[in-house]
Amino acid sequence: MKRNYGGLYAAPQALWLSLFFAAPLAIIVAYSFMKKGLYGGVEPEASLDAYRALANPTLLLVAFRTLWVSLAATAATILVALPCGYSIARSRNQSLGLFLVIVPFWTNFLVRIYAWIAILGNEGFLNDFLRLAGLVGEPLQFLYNQGAVILVLVYMYLPYAILPLFSTIDKFDFTLLEAARDLGASRLEAIVKVLLPNIRGGLVTAVLFTFIPIFGAYAVPLLVGGKDSYMLGNVIADQVTKTRNWPLASAISMTVTFLTAVAAMLFALRSRRKAVHVEIDAGVEATAATRAAS
Amino acid sequence: MSGEETRAAGEGPGRLRKPLFRRLAIAVPHRLVHLLRRARIVRAGRGRATVERSGAPRKRGSSLSDYVFGAVILFLFAPLMVLFIYSFNASKGGSWTGFSLVWYEKLFLGSDELWRAFGNSLAIALGSALGATALGTLAAVGTQRYAFWYRPYVAAMSFVPMIMPEIVVGVSLLVFFAGVGLKLGMLTVWIAHTTFNIPFVYLLVSARLEESDPSIVEAARDLGATETQTLFKVILPMAVPGIASGFLTAVTLSLEDFVITFFVSGPGSTTLPLYIYSAIRFGVSPVINALSAVMVAGTVLLVYPLRSFLKSFAAR
Repeated sequence: MKRNYGGLYAAPQALWLSLFFAAPLAIIVAYSFMKKGLYGGVEPEASLDAYRALANPTLLLVAFRTLWVSLAATAATILVALPCGYSIARSRNQSLGLFLVIVPFWTNFLVRIYAWIAILGNEGFLNDFLRLAGLVGEPLQFLYNQGAVILVLVYMYLPYAILPLFSTIDKFDFTLLEAARDLGASRLEAIVKVLLPNIRGGLVTAVLFTFIPIFGAYAVPLLVGGKDSYMLGNVIADQVTKTRNWPLASAISMTVTFLTAVAAMLFALRSRRKAVHVEIDAGVEATAATRAAS
Repeated sequence: MSGEETRAAGEGPGRLRKPLFRRLAIAVPHRLVHLLRRARIVRAGRGRATVERSGAPRKRGSSLSDYVFGAVILFLFAPLMVLFIYSFNASKGGSWTGFSLVWYEKLFLGSDELWRAFGNSLAIALGSALGATALGTLAAVGTQRYAFWYRPYVAAMSFVPMIMPEIVVGVSLLVFFAGVGLKLGMLTVWIAHTTFNIPFVYLLVSARLEESDPSIVEAARDLGATETQTLFKVILPMAVPGIASGFLTAVTLSLEDFVITFFVSGPGSTTLPLYIYSAIRFGVSPVINALSAVMVAGTVLLVYPLRSFLKSFAAR
């Protein structure tokens, strides 16, 4: 009789993740229901103070702003990424297209943010250029507002949207578009009614891969945003490191996690039928990819 | 095949009725593995262009989408070009005052702190990738071959950290370390990086194992190989491509990470992203321009051949 070694193999990882992922998360959950300590930390006393504090108008404002910025940035990203995915899928040299999308992301995340600061700053490239061209006298303020935050977020997450869109569009049967055109659909109609429903799986993945990280954004609003573009991530960090209100930080963290999970669920539900397809497709493609590699 | 060894993953007609979470847990990681492959890690997709395709022949002319794509490529590269050009600027300010290599000189000769941070980053990346690869590979082998009582827990735990917002992971680890009285430093950074790397290794190795032929393992067992022999002579060699790409993904993710590291690092454990962050806070510094130019060149010159070497090694 064969013995079952499964538990033995998986034990180290399960222990590690329980200790350093599940336990910290459990602590956060517990802290969110406790009272704030006098000098940071918590008082071991059950309380809903932290959740009540969530209703404070400043925090609500930040929450709505976070939602709005995430939605706007995600929408812009998808809108730009769709034609890109389409263009790569239809080009003769797909590898080159994908390569060009990926290469800028070989630079460090912070360097990419820094590059935008160097362009948009008061003494940055853009202002320099405008001054030399004689268009402006005083430097224009491009940085430290919501527009800059959205622009940089779109820049950061574009590839995450382009890649899944490309891989589903690549599998789309383009003769269907021609059929639609032959049957009298306009170009736009053909795309909206034939292409988009058929690439729903890729759209869902693209939305998830951009919305989730953007919703929890921290570094981008911190570095290119001003006070009026603070997002929930920044509030959490401030509560932990500056104000040292751990219960409140925990409660906001719980909210962010919860909303992220809800977003993931919603999108998965809406694409229920497609999800299974995506899963099968991914399996088939993965197999093909490995064969090609070996 | 004994009942214990059947893979409960998602076969059979019942798959449509799988609970939502389970469906997500299968579909999203698969998608991710696929993307990682396609994007940068394995680049196995190279052969894809030759795969037979249905549909209309490639278009000849350009369309609106091609122009958008062209503009996007410009948008993606413009910031890096600006960084690169300004790294040769003689003055520190915004205006171009002449060609100079002064910032490169400063980068290589007068930036001890930066290089210390780079060393820390490298050590953490290799260390955490090693740890995560060991743990993730073992767990992947276990969950792929056997069914056991906490298998669903392992699967869930390998999925949830990936969709958890980074800031929440960082804050919870900070609170945890404070709670157990662990001083923030290299150790805590290493623990944090290993933690967020594990799921990626686990997924990539699992995906590889799922593609391999289970009858080979069966044959090894039938011919009398012990569990250890099977593991080291059959399973692990088969999984090498998955393990290699898992390791490289882990290294990349670790070198990239800013948010989580920001919370769990202490004095003496400044990584390169943290160093760049503090430099940015003090305003524009052309040394960072020079550094990024060197980093891009280094990535292309060093990492790319390394990857293809590992890939050819793995494909043998």
